[in-house]
Amino acid sequence: MLTISRELVDKVVAHARADHPDEACGVIAGPVGSDRPERFVQMENAERSPTFYRFDSLEQLRVWREMDDRDEVPVVIYHSHTATEAYPSRTDISYASEPDAHYVLVSTAFDEPQFRSFRILDGVVTEEEVKIVEVYG
Amino acid sequence: MAIEVRIPTILRNYTDGAKAVNATGATLEELIGDLEARHPGLRDRLVDAAGLRRFVNVYLNDEDVRFLGGLGTPVSDGDTVTVLPAVAGGAR
Repeated sequence: MLTISRELVDKVVAHARADHPDEACGVIAGPVGSDRPERFVQMENAERSPTFYRFDSLEQLRVWREMDDRDEVPVVIYHSHTATEAYPSRTDISYASEPDAHYVLVSTAFDEPQFRSFRILDGVVTEEEVKIVEVYG
Repeated sequence: MAIEVRIPTILRNYTDGAKAVNATGATLEELIGDLEARHPGLRDRLVDAAGLRRFVNVYLNDEDVRFLGGLGTPVSDGDTVTVLPAVAGGAR
């Protein structure tokens, strides 16, 4: 299960809407071992594409180092689909490389945004419940 | 002195869980060869027949080696090499 604050959900959805029709992407960092997303980091989609995303490599290095320095991990890795449902595609599955992350998919293809979360491990996708809270307990 | 290579979570099963390991070589290609000798299986995760794998980012200090010289990039003692899997995907 992914437990996430409403404020962070709103930020992810706002980013996805702002970049529509291109795919938006980013991470939400949190303390090592906490499984709690806290720090929203919007990333560039180096592909600037409606059907593909890739973190800019130098920005990724900078953000990953910053997380290391702060004893954080990418608790959530999010991206948007802009014409299809919020479910991992074959490419999403084959490139998934953070076994401990919650992969959040947002779809801006419909009137109401879809916000769903998945674990992707060794090519196997498992959808998980998303619990949205006002504040972390 | 040696070159420190920082290993991402997903490849630490090749390094007994170590976040960073040491290796030697004059170029990135030699360094990866030395890594393979110390941690068998790692090379295949970094390179294929065409060179560096497309969805693996390798950095020498602060630069992406794709902007330097790829596998031919010279490396020297005291450098840090960082490996990060690219974060990528798409709608199809």
